[in-house]
Amino acid sequence: MQTASRGLRGNFRRASSIHARLNHTQPPPPGSNASTTHFGFRTVPEESKESLVRGVFDSVASSYDVMNDAMSLGVHRLWKDNFISLLRPGSKGPVRCIDLAGGTGDIALRILDWAREKYADRETTVDVVDINGEMLKEGYKRFKKTMYHNTPQIAFHEANAQALPEDVFPSNSYDLYTIAFGIRNVTSIPDALKEAHRVLKPGGTFACLEFNKVTNPILAQVYDQYSFSVIPLLGTILAGDRDSYQYLVESIRKFPSQQDFARMISDAGFATGGNFEGDGGAWRDLWGGVACIHTGVKV
Amino acid sequence: MSLLIVSRSGHYLRPTVSYISLLHVRPPQTRSLKTPPAYPGHIPLNWFENAFLAVGSAFMALSSPKRGDMVAALGETTAGLALPRLRDRMLESEEGRRILKERPRINSNTIDMNKLAQLPEGTFGHSYVTWLERCGVTPDTREPVHYIDDPELAYVMQRYRECHDFYHSLCGLPVSVEYEIALKFFEFANLGLPVAALSATAVVRLSSSKRSRLFSEYVPWALKCGSSARSLITVYWENRWNQNIGELKKELGIWDPPEPKWRKPLSEAKEAAMKRAMLHTPQ
Repeated sequence: MQTASRGLRGNFRRASSIHARLNHTQPPPPGSNASTTHFGFRTVPEESKESLVRGVFDSVASSYDVMNDAMSLGVHRLWKDNFISLLRPGSKGPVRCIDLAGGTGDIALRILDWAREKYADRETTVDVVDINGEMLKEGYKRFKKTMYHNTPQIAFHEANAQALPEDVFPSNSYDLYTIAFGIRNVTSIPDALKEAHRVLKPGGTFACLEFNKVTNPILAQVYDQYSFSVIPLLGTILAGDRDSYQYLVESIRKFPSQQDFARMISDAGFATGGNFEGDGGAWRDLWGGVACIHTGVKV
Repeated sequence: MSLLIVSRSGHYLRPTVSYISLLHVRPPQTRSLKTPPAYPGHIPLNWFENAFLAVGSAFMALSSPKRGDMVAALGETTAGLALPRLRDRMLESEEGRRILKERPRINSNTIDMNKLAQLPEGTFGHSYVTWLERCGVTPDTREPVHYIDDPELAYVMQRYRECHDFYHSLCGLPVSVEYEIALKFFEFANLGLPVAALSATAVVRLSSSKRSRLFSEYVPWALKCGSSARSLITVYWENRWNQNIGELKKELGIWDPPEPKWRKPLSEAKEAAMKRAMLHTPQ
């Protein structure tokens, strides 16, 4: 049964109540005490989110890169380039990197190329970790076309960002931890941040590139229209899969705001410092907040 | 109690008056909340999304012929006024009214293939099953309707899609591209749906000899036969399995096209049969 309260909750920065409707979550049914979480705009039991997300990425894996280009009109490449040029891996010598939710290898490849081209560094290594085997297969296939295949510089692991096995990923072993467009899909973000804190060496950098909240109301309007109209249709047309892309745009709306996420990062034990956006947090908005880079240093 | 489940394929805001609602006698609806789906699988679209999907599915269907869901989407987004006209045609005939009331579906669960195969040769049911085997297809590959807002019109669209194979077997045409196009011309002349005419653009995929044969022999047949035959959407095929096929063709006003070339059967039916056998394997 539709209730009138649907339209009125939501983010106060959005002027129109129609946008507020997009932020609406269905409340858990009364009397249920099972722990639930969000899967896009749906409410699902916490234990099932992981397999639901796995289902999404199993089905999008083969067309993931094509769809990224189509949906962002190629702009995701600019964001990722910006991300890497901010981190400058290899500027202070070879780094051990771990790239979470790294599936198809976009970030890993950029890290290795940057180190090689700018600093003639062939000792930097990247461990690509992803919970989804299909995505890793695509990444492996892509790396086979590069010079890093069969070298110690790249390795692929299937693991859960919330619980990285200690034997494969010992504590205090990495200089750089990156996660691009992946952290919004984990069931418990604080757990993922805790693992990031564990595997990084003291002084190591945590870097996260993720979709975030758009503050400018006009841009937000256009962005919402585009997200909810065009992207699921692009999914239907190009990949024959509307639901996965509907999940994608909904999961972006459910992700915490820049301030909240920066607070979660500093709660996990990172020094976020900086004042780039004038709000006391260390994040940099890209394209008005459509994407955002959060960084932190392990103390 | 509402039987509708809010689909998780949620949908952005709809403008105040849906253009489709203008076609019916329903009062225009102002939707400022998310439109609930009208039937399982319904995905409401606004005019922009409809146009976007129409163009996108047209390109995709042409470039990638295996994407049956794209042809389906093209049909639904371009149905326009033709669909209500089809429904009205059904309402004008007694048989059509019965179909709209009972809403029969055509798939391997609702049709007993074994029983049809046992019918005497020369009956419509027998020739349908023979045609299915000869082409190697099953009635299960039809994409459900998503983008039509009115549930009754959605059923008419679904029925149109599911009856396509009956037209194939009645006219004795195989499933290769040139005969599909010929049948689309036939459907356009008989039923009037725009997608049938749009499918004619698939001629670019044909070699020039096939194309010339299509336009010199099959298209004239299709247009003449399709326009003079009775509206095939009003035929309750499931009640006519036992009918003699020659008699059925005379009743509907259909005559045979020029003799087609039959190719090797597709693997659809074999795969479906293997899957069924696996499910029924004793433990």
